[in-house]
Amino acid sequence: MVYNSNYILDMKNIKFLFLGIFFAIVLSKTEAISWYRFYEMFKFQSFHMFGIIGGAVVISMIFMQLFKKGIIKDINGNKIIPKPKKKGFISTILGGTLFGLGWGISGACAAPIFVILGFKLIPALIILFGALLGAFLYGLVSNKLPN
Amino acid sequence: MDFILQPWAWYVGGPLISISLLLYFYFGKNFGASTNFETLCTMAGAGNFSDYFKKDWKQRDFALLFVVGLIIGGFISSNFLIPEQIIDLNPTTVQELTDLGFANAGNQYFPDEIFGSEIYTSLKGFLILIISGVLIGFGTRYAGGCTSGHAITGLSSLQFPSLLAVIGFFIGGIIATWFIIPIIF
Repeated sequence: MVYNSNYILDMKNIKFLFLGIFFAIVLSKTEAISWYRFYEMFKFQSFHMFGIIGGAVVISMIFMQLFKKGIIKDINGNKIIPKPKKKGFISTILGGTLFGLGWGISGACAAPIFVILGFKLIPALIILFGALLGAFLYGLVSNKLPN
Repeated sequence: MDFILQPWAWYVGGPLISISLLLYFYFGKNFGASTNFETLCTMAGAGNFSDYFKKDWKQRDFALLFVVGLIIGGFISSNFLIPEQIIDLNPTTVQELTDLGFANAGNQYFPDEIFGSEIYTSLKGFLILIISGVLIGFGTRYAGGCTSGHAITGLSSLQFPSLLAVIGFFIGGIIATWFIIPIIF
């Protein structure tokens, strides 16, 4: 049987589908998609979310060092270099604060919005529609905003 | 099997999130979630309105597959892996939320007051969700990342902008939960 190259490309990326399923299950089972858990976190009434995010950061730091030293390379044997984040004091603080407001009210951050579709379809669709609208508005005004 | 159906502790979640990050980078891509909002805008034709969206979304097919995986994973979790959606909240939190008028705090993953049928019957319920969404979409794009991209990837790779972004996340989240939620409920 002959496959064309596009088909092979698709199959190569199918691993991201499985990784998405795994990540969603991790977020769901650790309650890291629950509105209540984020409310508790922002009110500093529980260690749970700080433990999850803090733990993830600390262990990821070790991985980042292994990437940097070239001990862990990617699947193609290339050095792993995380993309540098765009700089800009106002944009990161102000953008971060706006995101934090939405996150604090709805209890949803970016990846969990998609996971919540599997729990509360219509409310999550409304949040997702809002997020797309927000990203669209940003695209329209991005070159007029301070960095 | 029992372990699968029990809630997972924070010390299980942290390492498993790092492993997700590790695999994402191992597969040759940069870990993050919020760029997908942009990609979905591009797919919906936003390029007709702004050059910002004139990008080739096919370059991001891997991320779209990840998103589809997130949805499938959410569906599997909600239907098969969490028999009782009960959260072991701090009693102080439960009391506070009860005083604000939230019934059943902690006896579900998502409060009916925000995710319940009010979204169909009251404009307020609908606006709460849509405005939050706009803030999430606009904010993550302006800041250049979300919890995955900034808090986890950015902080662990010691990027200064990510520290600023995370400070911003908490400023916003604290304003939302300490001041805005008590006003709107």
